[in-house]
Amino acid sequence: MSALQLCLIVSSLLFCVGLIGALARSNTILVLLGIELMLNAANLNFIAFWRYGPHPAAGTGMMFVLFSIAVAAAEAAVGLALIIAVHRHRQSVRLQEANSLKG
Amino acid sequence: MNLETLPLQFRDFIVGLFPTALQWLVHHVLTLTVILTVFGLFFAFTTIAERKLLARVQNRLGPNRAGLPWFRKLKLWGITQPFADAIKAITKEDIVPAAADKALHFLAPVLIVAFSLLGFAVLPFGRNLIPVELDAALLYFFAAGSATELAIFMAGWGSRNKYSLLSAMRALAQLISYELPLILSVVPVVMVCGTLSTKAIAVAQGGWTFGLLPHWHVFTPWGFAAFIIFLIATLAESNRSPFDLPEAESELIAGHLTEYSGFKYALFFMAEYFGLTALSGLGVTLFLGGWQAPCEFLQFIPSYLWFMIKLAGMIVFFIWVRGTLLRLRIDQLTRLSWKFLVPLALLNLGNGAFWALTTEWSGPLVLARWAISAAIVVVPFVLLGRCLTAGQAPRTYRYAA
Amino acid sequence: MIIALIIIALLILGAASAAMLSRNLIHSALLLVGAWAGIAAFYLWAGAEFVAFAQGLVYVGAVSMVVLFAVLLTRQGATRAPVEYDSIKRAVFAFIVAGGVAGILIGAIMGSPLEGRLPSPTPSVSVLQLGLLLMGPYAPALLIVGVLLTVALLGAIVIAAVDKPEDAP
Repeated sequence: MSALQLCLIVSSLLFCVGLIGALARSNTILVLLGIELMLNAANLNFIAFWRYGPHPAAGTGMMFVLFSIAVAAAEAAVGLALIIAVHRHRQSVRLQEANSLKG
Repeated sequence: MNLETLPLQFRDFIVGLFPTALQWLVHHVLTLTVILTVFGLFFAFTTIAERKLLARVQNRLGPNRAGLPWFRKLKLWGITQPFADAIKAITKEDIVPAAADKALHFLAPVLIVAFSLLGFAVLPFGRNLIPVELDAALLYFFAAGSATELAIFMAGWGSRNKYSLLSAMRALAQLISYELPLILSVVPVVMVCGTLSTKAIAVAQGGWTFGLLPHWHVFTPWGFAAFIIFLIATLAESNRSPFDLPEAESELIAGHLTEYSGFKYALFFMAEYFGLTALSGLGVTLFLGGWQAPCEFLQFIPSYLWFMIKLAGMIVFFIWVRGTLLRLRIDQLTRLSWKFLVPLALLNLGNGAFWALTTEWSGPLVLARWAISAAIVVVPFVLLGRCLTAGQAPRTYRYAA
Repeated sequence: MIIALIIIALLILGAASAAMLSRNLIHSALLLVGAWAGIAAFYLWAGAEFVAFAQGLVYVGAVSMVVLFAVLLTRQGATRAPVEYDSIKRAVFAFIVAGGVAGILIGAIMGSPLEGRLPSPTPSVSVLQLGLLLMGPYAPALLIVGVLLTVALLGAIVIAAVDKPEDAP
């Protein structure tokens, strides 16, 4: 097993840990943290392939990860603002309670 | 025996005593030991200097009764006070509230000291004396500094005290508000020097006009404005007066540190001073020329001594400001940052870009360059000052008769 | 080198698992910050220094603050009541699904011929090259991300702001 495969396995396991958090918990903030973990696992993947890939000098992997970090931070900020707004109306942050459009 | 290369010779001698396989480890452990010792002593003398200088500003003597262990009559003007304070802090009882979150309450002082110390790794103390030479040194410094905010939250939350939490939130709001002007004021330096490496920035400020006027960044219009913004942001980032609302005694007791006693309180205190020293060191490197001497003939004084002299000068300036200016309220503080410092710092970015693009101007155009640069600083400052104080009457002072 | 990678990987996975499975929301957030710091350490191990410091500055320094403020503003931390699992059935299904995904991914990784290239000395892209890349081929992306961040900032403020006096908690 090469070092590249080890890095990819680590990032896959991290992705699955984030997936467990996003699926099993009913607190919206924890679901958002799980999604952030999944984004970070994808970034790990990019850096692993940049490190062991054919053209590390081109810096493509690093560029992608930089933009991914920026977009993930923006998404976390907007998501948490939404959670605060929903809490103000419903006094609850459980996912199951946000079902007024259900029908 | 060249004073300038004395530290390097000492390091090579010590590292040479060990087998080759371990030399990298000894090198780094030696660097760590020296930094911790030197800046630990610097912290101790900063505390006594602060108390003495503040006392003199307030027309009284400072602490002058701590003596030496076996020579009790010899008071030495109170210089041994920090060591007496250290013994007191270590031997005090450590009280932890029963309902406190034990893990967070314990980890907060440890983490804040650790993150405050991380900033020293990229400061160039002398001509070849930089602990870690990083290509992206400035980014590392700000990343390490922004992690201290987490420890403040942990302290406020872990104490399980409404007022500690409120004060921690206020401290965090202050820290986040002033991180922007801090980083924005540094960007023009990066633009003009073309590098993020602190070593290269210190080297780029070498050279003297007529052997007397140094080419430090603080002596350029954009550099002067950036340095002022950096000073204000440094005061706010280390919770020092006039921005010490989070830990002032008339506000919420000790703020987020209320439930800490003994050595943990001393650790928070240490972390505040280490943060101040690291930021001052960064200011010295970026704006005051780092280890460069001010005049050409003064180069016989070694470079690390120049760094220490400039660092001590900045710390004395901060102590002076503490004794002179009034404390700001939280809303005045955040308004100062968002409405005044951030627009000025952004305009200074444009100023720095103009300076970086016009390096080939020579002859009479040099005067135009300086004039335009100064105008970009002064005109918005005056305009913003007028706009922000528009509705308020001029301040009147009434002195005791 | 591989030993350092294994230690970093164990740190990241341990902190992330503890964060996802913890019952105290503040502890979850702080353990996740530890996981992010571990990921920054991984980037340093791989030689991507700039990305490591950017990860530290953005995630550990900023996103953690946003998460903690959100936790406090929605009164999640005020009580000592733990954040509970909704139902055991959902937790079991989540574990099964995640296990399935992990199995597929790891199977694909082990089955691919990824050892063709010899491990190189750690590559290093200098900050100057990154700057030239950002101002050259990636300049449109940089401008778009700048606009995106501004819009996200304004949107977050508008959404979370108090509209009417009776909205204030």
